[in-house]
Amino acid sequence: MPDKDVAVIGVGQSAFVRGYPGGIRELCFEAYREAMQDAGISSKEIKALIVCCAPEYDKQRSPSSLIDEYLGLNPAPTFMVESLCSSSTTGFAIAYSFIKSGLYDVVCVLGFQKMSEITSQDVQERMGRGADVMWESPYGTSMPAYYAMYAQAHFANFGTQPEDLALVRVKASTYGQLNEKAVYRKKVTFEQVMESGFVSSPLKVMDCCANADGSSCVILASADRAKELSKKPVWVMGVGQSNAPMNLASREHMRGLECARIAGEKAYAMAGVGPQDIDVAEVHDCFTIAEILAYEALGFAKPGEGPSLIRDKQTYLEGKIPVNVDGGLLSKGHPIGATGGSQLRTIVLQLRGEAGAIQVPNAEIGLVHNIGGVGIYGNVIILGR
Amino acid sequence: MGFEKFGRKSFTAVTKVGEYVDKLESGEVYTTHCPKCNKTYFPPRMDCPGCLSGSLEWVKVPDTGKLVTFTNVKYAPTGFEGDLPYLLAVVDFGGFRMFGRLSDSMQGMDIKVGMTVKPVVVNYENGQIAHEFVAAE
Repeated sequence: MPDKDVAVIGVGQSAFVRGYPGGIRELCFEAYREAMQDAGISSKEIKALIVCCAPEYDKQRSPSSLIDEYLGLNPAPTFMVESLCSSSTTGFAIAYSFIKSGLYDVVCVLGFQKMSEITSQDVQERMGRGADVMWESPYGTSMPAYYAMYAQAHFANFGTQPEDLALVRVKASTYGQLNEKAVYRKKVTFEQVMESGFVSSPLKVMDCCANADGSSCVILASADRAKELSKKPVWVMGVGQSNAPMNLASREHMRGLECARIAGEKAYAMAGVGPQDIDVAEVHDCFTIAEILAYEALGFAKPGEGPSLIRDKQTYLEGKIPVNVDGGLLSKGHPIGATGGSQLRTIVLQLRGEAGAIQVPNAEIGLVHNIGGVGIYGNVIILGR
Repeated sequence: MGFEKFGRKSFTAVTKVGEYVDKLESGEVYTTHCPKCNKTYFPPRMDCPGCLSGSLEWVKVPDTGKLVTFTNVKYAPTGFEGDLPYLLAVVDFGGFRMFGRLSDSMQGMDIKVGMTVKPVVVNYENGQIAHEFVAAE
C-alpha cells in the first residue's frame, strides 16, 4: 500500500497538435480546464501554480505570471521550472515537496510548449543548444544526433539491430491510432519505418517523435484535502531524480542513461517496490532507441536485453509490462514542457480504471519515466491507488 | 583572442580556457589536467571541482584514441546545413573522452566503434577552427 501523504486529484491535457490556433495562455487553459473539471474543484482551492516549459520557443518571457493571471489564480504564487523535456515532472517533484512540507495544500502543475512558431530546423538548433553550448553545439548537434550516438553504441555493445528500433515504432502506432489527443494517429508498418530515410544514422525519420504544441495539467493535494475534495485520489509513492553530465564526453559510458537508472532506483526505494511490481509504465520514447534504453534503466530488462522485450511483445497491452500504451511520444508528439504531465495523466487514468480501450486490467501501480535532454535530467515517478 | 573562432559556429566568446584556440592554431590539441587530483578533464577547464584549484595545467591530448560511438548527420540544425552530411563522435583517450566531428574524409568508410582515431586540427574556409578525429588505421 502506498503512503497516503500526497495525491493527484486532477489531470488534464490539450490535444497535441502541429499548429495550435491560439496563444500560449489559451493553450494552457485547455489542459487546466480539463484537469479542474476532472478534479471537480474551484480555482480558489489552488494555493500555488508551477509552470513548466523550456524557454526560447515563444516570445513571452516569464510566462508563469501571464498564465497565473489567465487561469484566474492570482494571488496564488507562481514560478517557472525548466529541465528541458522533463520540466513537468520536475514541477511535479516540487509540488510534492511543497505539499509534503505543509507549505501549500493544493498545487497545480501546468506544462506547456508551443513549438510551431519556429521552423523544425530552428527547433533542432535550440534543442542542440540544450547541450554543452561551448564544446558540443559548435559542431552542429541536435537531439536526433545525440540519441543516434546512443543507438550506435547500443548496436556495438549488445548487437541491437535497426529492426528492433522499428518494432518500437510499430507498437507506438498500434496505440497512437486510439489516442484522440495524439498528433500522429496513422498506422505505421515495420516496412515504412525501415524504408524511411536517415535523420542521423542509425536513426531514421520514423524513429523520431514529432514536435508539437500542447499543454498538460496535474493537480496535487495533501491527504486531508484529497480526502475532502476527491473521490478517486491516486497517491504519490515514489519520486526519483538524477542528473548526468551535459557533455557526452564527461559521461563514463554510452550503454544507457545513468540519470534514468539512478532516478529509477531512488523512486523504487522510496516506493518500496521493484520493477516486477509495476503494472503499467509511461517512458520517454522521444526516439525508438530511448524506449529500449528505458526498459533497461528501469529494470524491466537486464542491460543489453531491452530488444528482447519488444521482440516478444512483452511491452504491449497483453505483455508482462505494458509500456506507452497511449502511443508514447512517438505518436502523441512531444511538446517539451507538457510531455511529463501527459505521461502522468495516462498513468492516473490507468490507475483509476478510466483508460478505456488501452486499460491495463487491475492496474494498481504505475510508473512515469521522463528524461530532459539526451539523458541529462532523469525523473521517475511511481503512483499507486 | 576570443573563443568565437572555435567550431563551425561558436556560441561563446569569452572563457578562461581561450588558450585552447591558440593551441589549435599552432596545430596541436590540448586539454587541461589537475596535478593535485591527477585528473585530466575534457572539456578543458581552469577550475577543478575536486580540489577547488583555479589554475589547471595544459596537457597534450594523446596521439590516438578509440571510437566510442558516432553518427552520420543527414538533417542539420539552422546554421549547419552547408556541412551535410557530417559525422559526430565520442572518442576515448583512457582517463578522459572527447566530443567532436570525425573528418569528412571518413565519409563512405566502414566506420566501426572501437576503431583507432587520432585528433587533428581542422581549419574551416571562413577562419573558424576546431579539433576533429581521423582514422589512424
